[in-house]
Amino acid sequence: MAFFLETLLGGLMSGMLYSLVALGFVLIFKASGVFNFAQGAMVLFAALAMARFSEWIPGWLGTENLFIANLLAFVVAVVVMFVVAWLIERLALRHLVNQEGATLLMATLGIAYVLDGIGQTIFGSDIYKIDVGMPKEPVMMLESVFEGGILINKEDFIAALIAALLVVSLTVFFQKTSTGRALRAVADDHQAAQSIGIPLGRIWVIVWCVAGITALVAGIIWGSKLGVQFSLSTVALRALPVVILGGLTSVPGAIIGGLIIGVGEKLSEVYLGPYVGGGIEIWFAYMLALVFLLFRPQGLFGEKIIDRV
Amino acid sequence: MFYRENGQFKTTYKADQQAFAIPQDRWAIVALVAFAFIGIPLLVDEYMFRAIMVPFLILSLAALGVNILVGYCGQITLGAGASMAVGAYAAYNFMVRVDGMPALAAILLGGVIAAAAGIVFGIPSLRVRGLYLAVATLASQFFWDWAFLRIKWFTNDSSSGSVSVPDINLLGWTINSPTDKYLFCLGFLVVFTVMAKNLLRGNMGRQWMAIRDMDVAATVIGIRPMYAKLTAFAVSSFYLGVAGALWGFVNLGSWEPAAFSIDRSFQLLFMVIIGGMGAISGSFFGAAFIVILPIFLNQMLPLIGGLFGLEVSIALVSHVEIIIFGSLIVFFLIVEPHGIARLWATGREKLRLWPFPH
Repeated sequence: MAFFLETLLGGLMSGMLYSLVALGFVLIFKASGVFNFAQGAMVLFAALAMARFSEWIPGWLGTENLFIANLLAFVVAVVVMFVVAWLIERLALRHLVNQEGATLLMATLGIAYVLDGIGQTIFGSDIYKIDVGMPKEPVMMLESVFEGGILINKEDFIAALIAALLVVSLTVFFQKTSTGRALRAVADDHQAAQSIGIPLGRIWVIVWCVAGITALVAGIIWGSKLGVQFSLSTVALRALPVVILGGLTSVPGAIIGGLIIGVGEKLSEVYLGPYVGGGIEIWFAYMLALVFLLFRPQGLFGEKIIDRV
Repeated sequence: MFYRENGQFKTTYKADQQAFAIPQDRWAIVALVAFAFIGIPLLVDEYMFRAIMVPFLILSLAALGVNILVGYCGQITLGAGASMAVGAYAAYNFMVRVDGMPALAAILLGGVIAAAAGIVFGIPSLRVRGLYLAVATLASQFFWDWAFLRIKWFTNDSSSGSVSVPDINLLGWTINSPTDKYLFCLGFLVVFTVMAKNLLRGNMGRQWMAIRDMDVAATVIGIRPMYAKLTAFAVSSFYLGVAGALWGFVNLGSWEPAAFSIDRSFQLLFMVIIGGMGAISGSFFGAAFIVILPIFLNQMLPLIGGLFGLEVSIALVSHVEIIIFGSLIVFFLIVEPHGIARLWATGREKLRLWPFPH
């Protein structure tokens, strides 16, 4: 029982991290109808920027304080992501309005290549580490309930907390601020939004900026867990089943989907994996999402698809 | 002046409905095929065959398969690499496990197995479409990647996980020189292209296109979406399976699952979209573009760097290569979203009126 709970909690926490990446997909898809395959590349790019600036800044300023260095690096990385978002909108997406979904998908794949290349040219292509002072040691919980207690990784726990915080603040941003309202209006209907005076171009830049920030947060958390390296960009592929499970247009869907996928992955790997040779995590998530889609094609919280001739 | 159909009167339906209704087209195609079979082996050296021509032919075949599904039936797929892998490994297993199996039969049977797998992983297309389907097809990609890596039976218990096949022997013709490989693949490509051309003109192809244009409307006029979509998946996977088997048997000789990774799927989809969705010629243009561009960049970048007196390291070249590759793709999509095939069609229209446009 304790072992089961431990696996379950581990799954929930890694699920939280998946939903963090999935959020980036959903935000952009909701507002502009672009399925952004470059999200993984953005995560890598942001993480690389963060890792390298936190390494360089102490040298430039002569401070040894880890906190200040990290804070400054974070600010610089945010600025970098804003510039990237603006450039993507300005140079690519603006010219691709009204194209088919597949064309846009391919364009973001092209953007992903460019980001990968530029990121590694500027920041280097070795393995870097991000040290934001996350505690690494595991802790025991609920020792009074179970014999031996449950082993929990503190780092995962804090990461899950940060992710939850980000989700809450995004929700507030979307529901309460005027910019958030404008974003939702654009998501509902481009033309109607434009006709009441919402500037589409600016909204898209804002969405990409927000997606850039989620990419940065995801990059920092994943990067401090796994190290910043090229394989970080494949995190996006792990988050895709989350997106279709939760529905492409739903923020709560991304969270719940992430949790389901995280738990499903961990449980399947632990209880099913040994029988078939292990390593089933990655395709199991897809299968789970796929079986789910057979029953509910629009995903968990997606808008109902209505066909008209 | 020369490309004009004035005065060519069709007196029968048969003449009107043939594959290339304009004689100039017909002769141009015949000349092109003849040149490919006779002219190119005389002109091109071994390096070109190995590095460009053979990959180009096989990937054209694969792109044709993807185009049937994506361009003609409107079902986006990101599992094309997996279909190639299934074809390659199935063909390998037929070769290893059946005594005296002719290589040609093994390759075709590999295609058949890939078609069966394609039907199974095409089932989600009955419920979901568009981008949801694209992600759903990734399931097949990751599943087969895993299966060929972890299930040892598929690789005949080879310890390193890589498999290899001997040179193909076709009725006493041993295919081992680059020229032989080129001709072998070219034969496949020509036969399969003719098949595709006719399939797409016929009943089945028209059903696919109706489903692509609007599936609800197609259902209303009596097209069964299940039949149409699954046949598209089957035919496309068959093409991909054969292409995969050729890629393994002819181009690589020995391979591991990484040869058919998700990058291959992306690459094939790039070919179709850059070449032109829903155009057979688009598959060839796209394959040529994607095969030649990296080689070209790889050769040119150090030269250009040298021109400005810069020492270009190998790592930098590979990074700049993907930057240029990515930005060219975005550029192409912006300038001509319908692909190179559309440029070609526009050029042909111009040619019909040239040099007296009025």
